Formats: sequence, structure tokens, C-alpha cells
Amino acid sequence: MAKDLKRAPFSAQVDLSKFHMEDFDQATEEEKRQQEVMGESTTFFKDGMRRLRRNPLAMGSIVVLILIIAVCLLAPKIVPYGYADIMKGSNNLGPFEYSAAELAKIDAGEEVFPHIFGTDSLGRDYFIRVVYGARVSLGVGIFASLLVLIIGLLYGSISGYMGGRVDMYMMRVVDIIYSLPDMLLIILLAVVLNETLAPKIQGTVLAKLGVNMISLFIVFGLLYWVSMARLIRGQILTIKQNEYVLAAKCIGTSTPRIIRRHILPNCLSVIIITTALQIPSAIFTESYLAFVGLGVSAPMPSLGSLANEARGGLQTYPLRLFFPALTICLIVLALNLLGDGLRDAFDPKLSR
Amino acid sequence: MANEYLVEVSHLKQYFPIRSGFKTIPLKAVDDVSFNIRPGETLGLVGESGCGKTTVGRTLLRLYKPTDGTVTFNGTEVTDKNIHALRKEMQMVFQDPYSSLNPRMTVEDIIGEPLDVHKLYSTRAERHEKVMELMETVGLNADHATRYAHEFSGGQRQRIGIARALAVDPKFIVCDEPVSALDVSIQAQVVNMFEDLQKQRGMAYLFIAHDLLVVRHISNRIAVMYLGHMMEMADSKELMDHPIHPYTESLLSAVPIPDPKTARSSQRIVLEGDVPSPLNMPTGCPFRTRCKYATDQCAAQRPELRDRGNGHFVACWNR
Ligand SMILES: Nc1ncnc2c1ncn2[C@@H]1O[C@H](COP(=O)(O)OP(=O)(O)OP(=O)(O)O)[C@@H](O)[C@H]1O
Ligand SMILES: [Mg+2]
Repeated sequence: MAKDLKRAPFSAQVDLSKFHMEDFDQATEEEKRQQEVMGESTTFFKDGMRRLRRNPLAMGSIVVLILIIAVCLLAPKIVPYGYADIMKGSNNLGPFEYSAAELAKIDAGEEVFPHIFGTDSLGRDYFIRVVYGARVSLGVGIFASLLVLIIGLLYGSISGYMGGRVDMYMMRVVDIIYSLPDMLLIILLAVVLNETLAPKIQGTVLAKLGVNMISLFIVFGLLYWVSMARLIRGQILTIKQNEYVLAAKCIGTSTPRIIRRHILPNCLSVIIITTALQIPSAIFTESYLAFVGLGVSAPMPSLGSLANEARGGLQTYPLRLFFPALTICLIVLALNLLGDGLRDAFDPKLSR
Repeated sequence: MANEYLVEVSHLKQYFPIRSGFKTIPLKAVDDVSFNIRPGETLGLVGESGCGKTTVGRTLLRLYKPTDGTVTFNGTEVTDKNIHALRKEMQMVFQDPYSSLNPRMTVEDIIGEPLDVHKLYSTRAERHEKVMELMETVGLNADHATRYAHEFSGGQRQRIGIARALAVDPKFIVCDEPVSALDVSIQAQVVNMFEDLQKQRGMAYLFIAHDLLVVRHISNRIAVMYLGHMMEMADSKELMDHPIHPYTESLLSAVPIPDPKTARSSQRIVLEGDVPSPLNMPTGCPFRTRCKYATDQCAAQRPELRDRGNGHFVACWNR
């Protein structure tokens, strides 16, 4: 630029009327290109993961969960005891104690695997029972949440996308289900199924799971999806307002494809977060039911039924309540913190 | 000649049901609108905010099901059955470049979606090539294909939206205020691009805008809407120079005049009162509550859109 830029007094603006075309040089190709430079391309996912990695609580939870899952998967391979193996003379041992028979073996030079958490009143290794209990609890939590997710997702997306009258009727159904007492239904269903279903499933894989677990899943499938459905419907109603959905329709995109490509990806973060938070709530429900005696059938342990059994000898053997309770706490706390972390990372609008 | 018109809209109505308490009352967003568009022609559609311009465009493309009336494209009436095939012929560029692009899709996928839906390619490579071509057509840098929409400026976003509409090579595009969300400096660029594209491809446009300034360059004819009704429609120059309807007059008087030699003698006309609610329309002529020529006849009966010669249509009793 040839001339100095003169500003009018009291004004930050350059007075352009004092310039002629000749005073300006044409921008070179290079300079033009500089105007086009954009920031590093970040996807929504990468951005969220970066924020998640900066959250120490969430990262700690992931580590704890990975440890728990690793122990659940590996311990049955390493520890030479089964969850139902009763060892004569080894009842009520404390952590790392050995029975008389085992001490004799050790003296004879044999290797004996220590009872890390001791044994229970029947002489079963308590560590392996807690591990199996955690497996059952985690399994129930994850499967129940997936069930809730699938049903809630289908129902909620149809209701939200259709809108209008369909939506109104579908939501009234949700309201009715919402008002049913869930615990009472689980207990009633467990009792009824015990009478009717139990003889039929004898000897199948289902029998091992137990009638109580089946009724738990049924109730989750019947009742617990409603809050997920409501949430997804609400999300879809807002996303549907966006012009890109109309634009997709204008192009000729089919309804299933619009839901799949345009609507669901935009509420994915909410879905993931809610599912992550649903798992601990399912684990809690299972533990609670096991505690009142409606959990998996013996001898299969779950964390809740272990806690229930420990109640009897609480004065003498408080550790037996401590171990399963600690495990539940760790799992539920870690999942909750992870869920919160995911929410903060992927849906900044939702957090406070 | 088989048919003179590419798009014929006749007596189009769009009433939105609005629930208030226990009753549902119709919101007459578009009420009995008719117009035709020739191949390769641009019809400008102007009117104040909320007068139903967007609704006309969307109902025309069957994004909303019309309450009544018909749309004919190339001699065939548009129905729910044949609309899918016709989406290849008629496209839309949306008003808001910020909400009309999916934030979870890359530019390549956004522009490629119409190609996917209508299966317009046989290999991935061909799809990529077509997308690149489209990006070049609208002046987007090919390096940006893998980026997400939120990384672009408003003008660039609108170009992406235009490329998406062009992907199926349509004969007709509804341009719904494609520039009103953009900076003034960018508006001209985008309008020029629309003109260039029309020259290259011979497309027809329904070009919606809320002021006459934007449409008068690009339009062959201009239609003026008020409260869901068509008020006046004429050749661009004719409408600018000899407006008949009092509403058009007031709109024109608000437009700054670039050349003082052609300055109209009339003073600036400021309309009194507010636009009535479309839920509570005045009887007869919708404009009569703000019109200085209004008579009893205006309140009693709605004036029809009548040809005053040379294809100058006006709906008014008194002028
Ligand atoms: N989906 C809908 N449901 C109910 N009412 C609607 C809907 N879409 C538009 N309307 C109403 O119809 C009328 C016309 O709206 P429209 O969007 O067509 O106006 P417009 O002329 O495009 O305005 P603008 O210049 O602000 O874009 C408005 O009163 C609006 O509130
Ligand atoms: Mg509009």
C-alpha cells in the first residue's frame, strides 16, 4: 500500500474516500490463499475424546473398570477353585489362612493357592465367589441396559419422528407404564414365573440363570425402557426441527435413512451417556433383589446374594459383607463417574 | 408446444392446525396461491417476514402435504406417488445455512447424499469425482471435502447447500432466501453465482427474498405476497416501474433508488399498523386493514388476482 492510512480524528475507521484504486495493490494468489486457511479439522468424536482424557475422575474410573473386568475374566482361569467347590474342613477361614489339611499339604511341599478373601461357612473360596458375583452383576447390568436401549431407541425414535397423533398415543402408553410400581411387579413376576416357568426350563441354559433373573430381564424389558424412550423422543423432536432433516427429505432420502444418518448421530452422545448411567442402576436393582432373596439361584453367587448371606455372621465375620459391598460400590461409582465424564465431554450443554 | 410452463401452481393452500385449548384452528400460512414458471425462468417471490414464502416453496416441493390445490411439473401433477422421482428434477436451497447442513457429516457426504439416494454412480471413485466437480462448480476448495460443515463460513456453507441441490442436476430450484443470512458483501457473490449457474444449466428458479432489492436483478418476473395471499405479479421491470397494488407501492417506496434520474415522484409510503395475525385474518382483502384506499367492498369480498394486460396480475378492487 502506497499511502499511509489516515484516520479521521475521533474515529478508528480509515477514511476510504481519500484513496484511489491505484493506491491499493492487488492481493497475490499467496495472500488470497492465506485468507482460506482454516483450523485443524476436528471431528466431534475426537474433540470429545480429548476432553474426556483431560478428566482425571473419568480416566480413573476407566482404569478401575478395566481392572475389575480383567479380574472377572482372568481369575477363574488362575484360581484353582470353583464358586461351588466345597472344601471339607476349610469353613470360615480369614483372608490368607489355611485349613489343617492344606497346611499338611504345604508341609509336604505341595503348592496350595491361598484363599485371598478367606472362605465362607460352607468352605467355599470367597474370592472366587465375589469374582463370579461381580460377573453376574456386570452381566445383568450390561444386558439389561442394552435391552432398555434397544426398546427405548426404537420406541422413542418412532414416536419422536412421527410426531402428532401417533406421538401422543405412544406417549400416553409410556405415561401408564411409568406409573406402575416396578419393584412390586418384579417381585410378583418372580413369584408367578417360579411357579409356571421353573419346571419348563429345567436342564436348559436358562435354568442356570434362574427364574428370578429371567423375570428381572422381562421387567426391565417391559418397564425400564420408558425413560430412555422419553429422552430419545425429546431429542428427536428438537433435532427434527433442523433444516437439514427437511433438506434430506427434499433430496428424497427415505425415512429410515433419515433417522439413521441424520437424526440418531445427532443424539448419539445423549444415548451413550444415558446407557452408561443405566448400567449402575440395573446393577443396583439386581443387588437389591438378590439381597431380598430374589436374585440368581444358588449356588451361583451375585454380589447382592453374597451380601445377604453375610448378614447372618455379621458380628463374627464382617469382612464377608465388606468384600461384595466394596465391589458393588467400586463398580457403581466408577460407572457413574464415567457417565458424568462422558456427559461433560460429549454434551457440554448438559453439564450445569 | 407441449406445455409452455415447467411448474404450474394452482390454488395452493397450506393450513397448519394450531391447537389452542381444546380447539384446533387453522393457521392459513398460504391461502389460494397460483403462479406458473417457464423453463429457465426466474420468478422472484417477495413479501414481509412471516407472509408464507417459505411455506409456498416447501409445499410446492411436497415437504408439507398441501391442504388443497395442485402443483404440476412438466405436465404431470405432483402426487405422493411420483414425488420421489420428481425430487431429481426439483430441488431447494434453504434459508438458514447454519441449520441446513448436518453437523455430523463431512462436506463430501452432504453433497454425495443425493447421489446415494438416487443411485447416480456405479463406483466410489465416480461418486468422489462427481462431488469434486460439484464443489468446483460452486467455488469450493476441493481440499475441504473431508471437513465438517461447522468449520465453514456462512457463504461457504450456502455454497455447500447449493452443491447439494445441484447434485441431481435439477430443472427447477426453489431458492429460499439463500442470501438473507449472509453478509452484504457475500450476498452479491452468491446471487451472481445463481445467475451464472442458470446460464450454464438453464434451470428455472423460484427465488424467494424479503426485499425487492435482491430479486430485481435476478428475476424475470416478480410476485408479491402478503399474509399468505398473492397480491401482484408482473414482469420485473413492469412491476418496478408501474406497481399497481398499494402494498407493492409501499414496498417499492422503501427501496433505495440507485439512479436519481429514474426516481419515482411518489414519497415514501409508510404503512400504518401491524401485519394482522394469520390466525385471525381480516375478512375480504387481507391488506385492507393497512390500506389507504380500503372501501366496504374490500371488507366484504376478497379480490381475485386478475390480468390487467401484458401478464400484469393484480388482486385489488380499487386500483
Ligand atoms: N410447520 C409449521 N407449523 C405451524 N405454523 C407454521 C409452520 N411453518 C410456518 N408456520 C407459520 O406460517 C406462517 C408463514 O411462515 P413462513 O415461514 O412461510 O414465512 P416466511 O415468509 O418464509 O417468513 P421469513 O421471511 O421469516 O422466512 C408464519 O406465521 C409461521 O408462523
Ligand atoms: Mg422463510
